[in-house]
Amino acid sequence: MIRLERLTKSFGATVAVDHVDMEVPAGEVCVLLGPSGCGKTTTMKMINRLIAPTSGKILIDGRDTAGQDDVTLRRSIGYVIQQIGLFPNKTIEDNICVVPDLLGWDRRRSRARAGELLSLVNLEPATFLKRYPKELSGGQQQRVGVVRALAADPPVLLMDEPFGAIDPINREVIQDEFMKLQAALKKTVVFVSHDIDEAVKMASRIAIFRDGRLIQYAKPDDVLAHPVDSFVADFVGADRTLKRLRLVKVADAMMSEPPRVTAEDTLERAVALMEEHGHVSIVMVGPRGRARGVVRLDLARGRRGTVGENHEPLPGIVAVTDDLRKAVAMMFQHDQTWLACVDDEGFYKGYITQRGITHLLGATYGKS
Amino acid sequence: MAASLPSFSRFALLALAFALGAFLQAQGLLPAMASYRGDVVYLVRGHMVLAAVSGALAIAIGIPIGILLTRERYRVLGATLAQVVNLGTTIPTLAILALAMTVFGLGAPSAIFGLTALTLLPIVLNTAAGLRAVPRHLVEAARGMGMRPGQILLQVELPNALYVILAGIRTALAIDVGTVPLAFLIGGGGLGELIFTGIDLNEPAMLLAGAIPTALLAVLVDWLVGLAQYALVPRGVNPLR
Ligand SMILES: Nc1ncnc2c1ncn2[C@@H]1O[C@H](COP(=O)(O)OP(=O)(O)OP(=O)(O)O)[C@@H](O)[C@H]1O
Ligand SMILES: [Mg+2]
Repeated sequence: MIRLERLTKSFGATVAVDHVDMEVPAGEVCVLLGPSGCGKTTTMKMINRLIAPTSGKILIDGRDTAGQDDVTLRRSIGYVIQQIGLFPNKTIEDNICVVPDLLGWDRRRSRARAGELLSLVNLEPATFLKRYPKELSGGQQQRVGVVRALAADPPVLLMDEPFGAIDPINREVIQDEFMKLQAALKKTVVFVSHDIDEAVKMASRIAIFRDGRLIQYAKPDDVLAHPVDSFVADFVGADRTLKRLRLVKVADAMMSEPPRVTAEDTLERAVALMEEHGHVSIVMVGPRGRARGVVRLDLARGRRGTVGENHEPLPGIVAVTDDLRKAVAMMFQHDQTWLACVDDEGFYKGYITQRGITHLLGATYGKS
Repeated sequence: MAASLPSFSRFALLALAFALGAFLQAQGLLPAMASYRGDVVYLVRGHMVLAAVSGALAIAIGIPIGILLTRERYRVLGATLAQVVNLGTTIPTLAILALAMTVFGLGAPSAIFGLTALTLLPIVLNTAAGLRAVPRHLVEAARGMGMRPGQILLQVELPNALYVILAGIRTALAIDVGTVPLAFLIGGGGLGELIFTGIDLNEPAMLLAGAIPTALLAVLVDWLVGLAQYALVPRGVNPLR
């Protein structure tokens, strides 16, 4: 856990960080967000004391960092910078092992760990361990930069725009890789960004800064749904409601335990079920419950026969693990107002409607 | 490229040596030069001692000064030192030797002092330039990961500046070896004895018996430091490999 108490830094007349109070719970990713020059980097560098605070306190797990030896403190905090900062004179292996070596770890142990860490970010250890940084692509270097910060297994990680210099496609990939690592490692992360999309994607909490002051500190969905003022609203963008779609999983927005029919059911039964639920279509499932097709009310009404003879293919399917952004995109793409939702193995789990999504997003606005 | 350059320069050197040999033979100078062989062997030894001692002193003093010039906390001192060093480059070599002689008198100590002062300049300048060229973010990353200042210097700054530092040493030592003959003028010994006596007596064979080994020594030193540059600078920051 990291706590900032009335943290302030002035450079001469400029107040770069102005009485910031905030707390990052253990295992969470806190993204410091804001326009250029708002004090994000300064705040971060005060945590590992690269910059000494003018006033205020920083506590890590309840201990005031001012009372600790700077060097010892820094070795217990992972640090990733935008320029990556791999040492060009050292091999990848030696770069990863910088902090373990400083801490005097057994060499064989640290080198073995370097290999394991590399494979975690999909870099083949046999290929890369003995290379020099200049022999890696930008994206590969950035992965090594992240892994290097994790080498001595520090509980806290500071990352200053770590993916800023990478092209958008690779950035997404590296972000995903990092989130997977983070889900397993549960580090306490302070992450500087000026990209709202990145923040929404990575953050457990977002801290929005302006002119050195902390303006809003909340969960991503709260920041998007309830910006505290017009500055935050402008900063997160006019399409902030659409951005929220990314934060909700299909599983949380779908209607579960949906009515269903099988191939052997008669059309009468299908019509009866639809009328009972007020639906205009119903999903046909296979013998074990996989979504197979759909029967439409207007075509089924007044006709005889079985569902199996009269079904149509499903127009679109989303996985329950997808986010709403994907569901909405698929609805537009297939010109549908609803979609069947299935799990990883294709079993029919529920359905999601445009109206349901609108309602869900709207509900939180009603709250305020 | 890296491999072909030395072999090309070696070829050029051979060709030059051959042409020179042919010329000297034609002039009948070669047998005359051979008569100085005993002197040459003796003087080359003295020449090398002067160059080695002054070169080693210059490296031992120059690198620390270069490092000092780039330290944050000596910024003011650094600026002054840089001024002094720059001023040094404008003083003619002979003037430095003459000044040394007025302090230490005639003999090897004056020569070594003068030569060291002269050799110092490129080493100091290149050390400082090499260290300044190390990107700030590398130093910052090192600090952020918990390296102490000495560790940053040894593990990050010096390895990344080493190529430039050695380039300075290469130039400096070549100048050093080439300047040692002037030491003779203040009683320091070395191949200058043959060169200047040859001039005074208008004896080309004697002059050349001093000049040619001097040139060869300079080329040899240059080649040796080039090898060191290739071997010592880490592969990740070595433009030669
Ligand atoms: N060493 C320094 N000396 C003087 N002023 C500084 C120094 N470092 C930062 N500042 C000032 O403090 C303010 C905050 O800087 P900081 O680097 O924290 O911004 P930032 O939010 O990280 O911006 P960016 O997104 O551009 O990286 C700026 O106005 C900057 O000019
Ligand atoms: Mg910044």
